[in-house]
Amino acid sequence: MSDWVTLGVAFSYLAILFLIAAWGDRRAEQGRSVINSPVVYTLSIAVYCTAWTFYGSVGRATDSGPSFLLIYLGPTLAMLLGWMMFRKMIRIARAQRITSIADFISARYGKSGPLAALVTLIAVVAIMPYIALQLKAITVSHAVLSGYPLLPTDISGENFWIDKSLWIALVLAVFTILFGTRHLDASERHEGMVAAIAFESIIKLVAFLALGLFVVFSLYQGPADLFRQAADHPGLIDSMGLDAVPGGAVGWVGTLVLATLAFITLPRQFQVLVVENVDEQHLKKASWMFPLYLVAINLFVIPVAFAGVLLGGAAQEPDSFVLTLPLAAGLEALPLIVFIGGLAAATGMVIVETIALSTMVSNHLVMPLLLRWKWLHLDPSRNLSGWLLGIRRIAILIILLLGYLYHALIGESYSLVTIGLVSFAAAAQFAPALLLGLYWRGANGLGATLGLIGGFLVWAHTLLIPGFAQSGWLSMTLIEQGPWGIEWLKPYSLFGLEGWDIYTHSLFWSLLVNLGFLIGISLFTRQNSLEQTQAALFTEGLRPDVMQTPLWLGQTTRGELYQLLNRYLGVNTTFKVFRNFDPERKPGADDELIAPPDLIGQAEQALTGALGSASARVLINSVVRGEALDLEAVLSILDTTTQTLEYNKRLEQKSTELARIGEELRSANERLRELDRLKDEFVAMVSHELRTPLTSIRAFAEILRDSPDVATDKKNHFLGVIVKESERLSRLIEEILDLARLESGRMRLNPERLDFKQLAQDSADAITQLYQEGQVALAVELPEDAAWVVADPDRLQQVVINLLDNARKFADHNQPQVKLKLQTWKKHWRLSVEDNGPGIAEEEREKVFEKFHQIQQQHGKGNDKSRPRGSGLGLPISRGIIAHLGGRLWVENPQELQGARLIIELPRAPEQPPPSFEESV
Amino acid sequence: MKAPMNHSRLVGLTLLACLFFMPPLLLIFDRPSSSGLSWLPVYIFIVWLIIIGLAAWILEGSRDE
Repeated sequence: MSDWVTLGVAFSYLAILFLIAAWGDRRAEQGRSVINSPVVYTLSIAVYCTAWTFYGSVGRATDSGPSFLLIYLGPTLAMLLGWMMFRKMIRIARAQRITSIADFISARYGKSGPLAALVTLIAVVAIMPYIALQLKAITVSHAVLSGYPLLPTDISGENFWIDKSLWIALVLAVFTILFGTRHLDASERHEGMVAAIAFESIIKLVAFLALGLFVVFSLYQGPADLFRQAADHPGLIDSMGLDAVPGGAVGWVGTLVLATLAFITLPRQFQVLVVENVDEQHLKKASWMFPLYLVAINLFVIPVAFAGVLLGGAAQEPDSFVLTLPLAAGLEALPLIVFIGGLAAATGMVIVETIALSTMVSNHLVMPLLLRWKWLHLDPSRNLSGWLLGIRRIAILIILLLGYLYHALIGESYSLVTIGLVSFAAAAQFAPALLLGLYWRGANGLGATLGLIGGFLVWAHTLLIPGFAQSGWLSMTLIEQGPWGIEWLKPYSLFGLEGWDIYTHSLFWSLLVNLGFLIGISLFTRQNSLEQTQAALFTEGLRPDVMQTPLWLGQTTRGELYQLLNRYLGVNTTFKVFRNFDPERKPGADDELIAPPDLIGQAEQALTGALGSASARVLINSVVRGEALDLEAVLSILDTTTQTLEYNKRLEQKSTELARIGEELRSANERLRELDRLKDEFVAMVSHELRTPLTSIRAFAEILRDSPDVATDKKNHFLGVIVKESERLSRLIEEILDLARLESGRMRLNPERLDFKQLAQDSADAITQLYQEGQVALAVELPEDAAWVVADPDRLQQVVINLLDNARKFADHNQPQVKLKLQTWKKHWRLSVEDNGPGIAEEEREKVFEKFHQIQQQHGKGNDKSRPRGSGLGLPISRGIIAHLGGRLWVENPQELQGARLIIELPRAPEQPPPSFEESV
Repeated sequence: MKAPMNHSRLVGLTLLACLFFMPPLLLIFDRPSSSGLSWLPVYIFIVWLIIIGLAAWILEGSRDE
């Protein structure tokens, strides 16, 4: 294929990127952001998929089976937790204007400058090879594309200025400078760049899917055909099992952990996930859409790997299968599309990584050094905002050129996969300081610093330096016999730990040292007060009330603050900061008004966005007289809030408990009063009821005593009254005793199985005499079969007779009628006694069961003189007995006779008596 | 009270994903199919999609905090 066509397409593609980025930036300036969408956010996160994914996944699948999937399963796990973890990081980063992972870690550990510098150094060392890898991928893919069927190594030997990747690196530098350092502002967001990255993510996915579809459906007749042929190939039959994974099960877990941690800690992922995030709600969709993207881009990796191996020698290196497969088929357009896809994957990574690294380098390495130079401080008129951008631009250029040099000098000896995983293992060293810092308030700066240094040194010893040895820079004896011949220091089997793959081995030892230092030192040393504050602010990051601006106690004038900001941020940004704070007042350098603490806080945040938190603090300290932050205050606010909330919660619980107990006491008291009143009433009633018969007995007895000459028949009548009244008296006393027994629970009942029907009939017979005397008509309606219940026969009969007697008394005068009816009701027997008297009013129905209650006579006293009065104890006793027998007694609406209707309900006993019962009978 | 509930569900899902993506369960599916190729990649892709589906269901089902 013509070199010119390839180059033309490649540079046209880069030109499109420029256009998209420019468009994105312009839209952002107009306030119509194009990246304010969860889909764009997801696509920007997909910068994770670099040339390493695009070319290297197939290579890795060919060499080590399904382990390539681990690189994508790890991020899936991290994204599942993203809604908690990344959201917390986004909140903190936004509140404290944090713009890189170095700044994040340093801010967490008390805005420590040295820690930020350390993180930056590690990141540069770790990531530089990774950038080189992308450039190498571009070079190699271009060589394959233009040289096929020659091997790319056969056409090397070009001078570096003919190397296309140098020119691509330069174009990328221009792009990054244009869209990565357009302005300094507190948010450090690059909308145009993100739009371009999202576009690149679409391109690489489409390119890979197009290739995959071509391989599966054009080279072969669908997946079934491809897999059948692969199964017949002796080299492929075992290639997709766990045995093909280096290190087996241990290697599998190790790589999964490595990918998870690296996804969280790679500087470019921090850049797109946290710094470039527009709205934390986007994270919700991205948490599942990004893993879906990963599934899509991995879907055809195994088929392409199989097809490449089946193709044999013409497919060249596994890393190049994606290009050689369509090339071998004689296609022209598809290889070009694939090449553009690979270019998109590589350039996306390079752009974001370079921006992240250059921010870190300028903020945490260069600026702190410059700030120490006296002359920068002394000349207040000097505007340093231009300097800052200049430093960052130079950093970008240097990083890209270093990446290119790395690639040009030693890139040949590494395969794509190796570099990627070595970088991952280095980035994973940030994980303990970052993640523990987010969730454990006790982690301190000294522990984090020493942990990072320790972990980094172990990483260098177990991965980086032996890598140099393998590429021939150092003697292989280092790996085979250990440094200086010390066996137990052998880089790939430290302390004799053998049999693991080198990445898991390195990850295990480096994280062990890293975590060991971090936790151990944190447990045994103290945090300073700034660290305490920051630790509290970070660990409580998701609490909405936490992120106040840090308070400054010192004093400075607005004018001084204005000058400081002006020097580092330029007029426009400074003006914005002051106007946001106080729209009324015109900001200026000669403003003598004392700056309020909030304004100082905002100024610090603005500086942090541009310079990093450590430098910003130093600068603010230089103009603010008096002590810096009110650390204890912030901390105590936090602690008091927590404590107060807890305390309030407990108080609330106590008071509801108290209110409940008070309510219970009040109702108990009311009940006691009611009982007391009832008792008084009862005593009065009883005395009254006892006195009535006693009075007449006494009166007649006195007559008999005082008048001995009373006629015999009259004497007999008087004696009869005395006997009758005495009987009434003793019956009353018997009833009162019954009632007392019932209420105290001492009533003795002898329940047995009996026929309710028979009992009802007997009761009716027993009372016939009385009914005939009063000429009351008694209708009895009984079921045909026996009605078995369990009850005390004597007591039950007492109740039934009592009801019949009541009914007789209250039945109508002229045509008295009473009806006795026994019928079954669900699982019960119901016996109803109904009369045709005046009935019982609805509101009286429960009262008739009260002691000594007499129904108010409706028709005046005259009408009812002849009506016999009861003691008022019969119904309460009856109800007590029935309740004791497990039944109910109540008054219901009349059914047939328009009078009172009382009902006894007793549970039915089984038809067949239990055997034990029969025996006892 | 919705948010913490959601958080525990996501943590639970992550643990579930770890369980499915790690050796003991993985070994069950690392066996040859009728053609001789291992089932492992198929298993991973299917579990992967199920986990993503569950995550979407949990996250999209919750109201904004």
